[in-house]
Amino acid sequence: MTGAEIAFVVIGVAAVVGAIRVVTARNVVRAALYLVVTLSAVAGVYLLLAAEFVAWVQILIYVGAIVILFLFGLMLTKAPIGREALDNQRRGVAFLVGVAILAGLVYLIQGAFDWDAARIDPLEGSVAAVGSSIFSRFVLPFEVISFLLLAALIGAIVLSRKEDRP
Amino acid sequence: MVAAESAESIVKAIHDPSWFLRYSWLIALLPAIAAAFTLFIGKRTPGKGSVYGITALAAALVMSLGVLWTFVGGERGFYEASIPWFQIGQLHMEAGVYVDGLTAVMLVVVTSISLCVHIYSLGYMKGDVRYTWFYVVLSLFTSAMLVVVLANNLFMLLVGWEIMGVCSYLLIGHWWEDHVNSSSAIKAFITTRVGDVPFMFGIFVLVFITGFTTSNIPKISEIVSSGGASVGLVSAAALLLFGGTIGKSAQFPLHVWLPDAMAGPTPVSALIHAATMVAAGVYLVGRLFIVFLDADPVVLQIVAIVAGITMLGAALMAFTQDDIKRVLAYSTISQLAYMIAGMSMGPAGRTGAFFHLFTHAFFKALLFLGSGAVIHAVHSNNMSEMGGLRRRLPITFWTFLIGSLALSGVPPLAGFWSKDELLVVAEHEGHPVLFVVLLVTALLTAFYMTRAVLLTFYGDFRGHGEPHEAPRSMTGVLVALASVTVVAGFVGSPQLGAVFGKWVYFQELEEALFVPWVAVLSTLAALGGILIGYAVYRDYQARDPLRSLGGAYTLVSNKFYIDDVYWKGIVRPIRDDVSSGVYWNDRHVIDGVVNGAAAFTKVVASGVNWFDLKVIDGAVNGLANIAGFTGGLLRYIQSGNVQRYAVFLFTGVVVLAVIFTKI
Amino acid sequence: MIRLPLVLFLSAALFSTGVYGVLARRNGVLVLMSIELMLNAVNINLVAFGAALHDLTGQVFALFVITVAAAEVGIGLAIVILIYRNRETINVDEVNLLKW
Repeated sequence: MTGAEIAFVVIGVAAVVGAIRVVTARNVVRAALYLVVTLSAVAGVYLLLAAEFVAWVQILIYVGAIVILFLFGLMLTKAPIGREALDNQRRGVAFLVGVAILAGLVYLIQGAFDWDAARIDPLEGSVAAVGSSIFSRFVLPFEVISFLLLAALIGAIVLSRKEDRP
Repeated sequence: MVAAESAESIVKAIHDPSWFLRYSWLIALLPAIAAAFTLFIGKRTPGKGSVYGITALAAALVMSLGVLWTFVGGERGFYEASIPWFQIGQLHMEAGVYVDGLTAVMLVVVTSISLCVHIYSLGYMKGDVRYTWFYVVLSLFTSAMLVVVLANNLFMLLVGWEIMGVCSYLLIGHWWEDHVNSSSAIKAFITTRVGDVPFMFGIFVLVFITGFTTSNIPKISEIVSSGGASVGLVSAAALLLFGGTIGKSAQFPLHVWLPDAMAGPTPVSALIHAATMVAAGVYLVGRLFIVFLDADPVVLQIVAIVAGITMLGAALMAFTQDDIKRVLAYSTISQLAYMIAGMSMGPAGRTGAFFHLFTHAFFKALLFLGSGAVIHAVHSNNMSEMGGLRRRLPITFWTFLIGSLALSGVPPLAGFWSKDELLVVAEHEGHPVLFVVLLVTALLTAFYMTRAVLLTFYGDFRGHGEPHEAPRSMTGVLVALASVTVVAGFVGSPQLGAVFGKWVYFQELEEALFVPWVAVLSTLAALGGILIGYAVYRDYQARDPLRSLGGAYTLVSNKFYIDDVYWKGIVRPIRDDVSSGVYWNDRHVIDGVVNGAAAFTKVVASGVNWFDLKVIDGAVNGLANIAGFTGGLLRYIQSGNVQRYAVFLFTGVVVLAVIFTKI
Repeated sequence: MIRLPLVLFLSAALFSTGVYGVLARRNGVLVLMSIELMLNAVNINLVAFGAALHDLTGQVFALFVITVAAAEVGIGLAIVILIYRNRETINVDEVNLLKW
């Protein structure tokens, strides 16, 4: 149990709790804010795993932009409040499915890795390396992603235009 | 009594051919072009299209005279020119001309007589319902005959030969509305066809002799004369070729078509059945003479026998005819036999035969055209409806008289010289039987021609209406031909150098002999025949005196029943029994099989149809029903709710994961 | 010195929570949020394995996933707003015209 591990467990628990609250909150805005918690915790996990760049991008994009988008969406669509209003009939089935998936995954992970031998060693910083890797080895996916974003941007605009043609 | 020179001369090519020789192929082409013009624009031309044929033939005549002039000047060789046409394996087909003295003479004969007939038809066929077409076929026929004369190879000759046959058919049947005419045309065509089959086989044998490389006549002659083929083969070829001659030149036993061919218009009879087409058979023998010479001697004997039988038989049959054209038809058959008899007597006889062909063409055409003028005046062919016409048709009478005297062989007209030459050859070459037959036929010829003249022009007119002289286009031609008849004989008379023999000879020039006692004998025969005829027919009123000969007369007047034999023995059985048998077979046996197959197929098809409907369609429909049924059940899964679908998705993933990890 | 299975457990937990949210929530925006949870779980996986194998590819792909997620959210919300505009509601239960 190293220090990193303890820190990890703490952050992890925070993330899980936040996630559970996201899917069970009765107030949509609260759900969105709990999502912020989870996302931030995940950023922390990244820091622990020496992926600084990813962590900051996580904060920037997810927390900074995507959650704001969610809030705007909630605002524009006048989401209702209350248990019945937010969850549907098949809660039970969904719960079972979720549990099944969790069980399956846990079983797999535990069977695949030796509990003590699989470790993540301390790593050095990686921003420079990531940057150079993006622009050398992964430059093509990078460009493609840019196009994707462009397309999504334009698509979103086109979709949500008000039809003002007669 | 001048003996001509007996110089040796080998036939060789002319080494500086004149313009006329080099363009001799035009002579055959011009009438064909005229025929095309007449066919396409004849009806719109003023004069209804006769002008094209006449112009073309006039030009052809001029060119033919030009060609003849080359040989008149003493030229002795030949001119040959050809272009390759196509080639099958080793066999070369060419289109070419071969011009020697014989060709030149034939060209002049054909073009001049054809021109006369073209001009004559202006008057004779005036107002005819198919005037333009008549001229088309007439010109085409002339072109075909010229092709035969000019051809340097056998296949081209055959082409011209067959086209002539077709034109003859078309012209005999010119007035086909009358059934008699169309039947005569068919009879002519089929009978000559029967002769053409051996002819073609003869050609094949000759081509075979060359090793199937060519049908070129000079080459064939060279191979045969140098002994390149066995006697048997050459004899076979000669006999087969002679078959064609028998058909085309109307010799026994294929003579039956020529009298019936008189159903055609008289100009046609004059051109085709007197002067040109029927002469083609004689020309064939003469052109391929080496084949006959180098064959087994029995071949020439057969030729002589056929000629002899035909000669006498036809002359006898001419006695009993009432139709003036038929008299002339039988006369033609007889005279053609003369020529063929001449051919059977060797190279000297060949020259004589062609000389007779030359003179005969002119006076026979004259006689036919003259009879045409008579028919035109009296509107009937039968001599029993004529009589006393010599005052009413003077020009016709005198020209006809000249023609018949020439035919009878009265000196110094053309026929005397040619008949005399044949008799001389017969005597000189030692053919006593033929000599007698020739002489007797000469007598008979004089007899029946006198009969014809007396019945037509003397006595009282027995017909109806007012006969009048023919128009100038017709009488002009008669006068022209009569003039030629008077002088034509002199080209062959020994007294004047026997020039003809210098144009037409076989490999070597022949002596032209004049044997006085033969000449006297032939003249006596002619005069004798005339006297007997005069005696018998002087007082002709209505009944032919010869009828008193009873059974013999009946036999002869029924043409020795040969036609009946053919009809009963060949034509009727084939037409009725064989063809109805074939028809029955076709209807019952063949159609039965076909219909049976069809019925069987129908049964099978209906079985297949049942199978298709019930079994296959059933299976297909069944499958479709199952699909529909299952679809109907499965559709309830489609709830429209995305999250429901997502549930299924994730459940499925879990299940799959379980399965795959367990496996 | 973090043990790898731990990280993976975290990832599994986040993922299954996200699944539950996708299946159980009515509001369209909440469904999108749950999808984000799932994507984050995947990202953690990527980065963890990248760190364990000393390969930067994991981080790079995580970056790409984040980018894609952003694009997806943009479009998704546009759609949700359109649905709201047309139907006055964003309950995904009530968008079921493709029913039999």
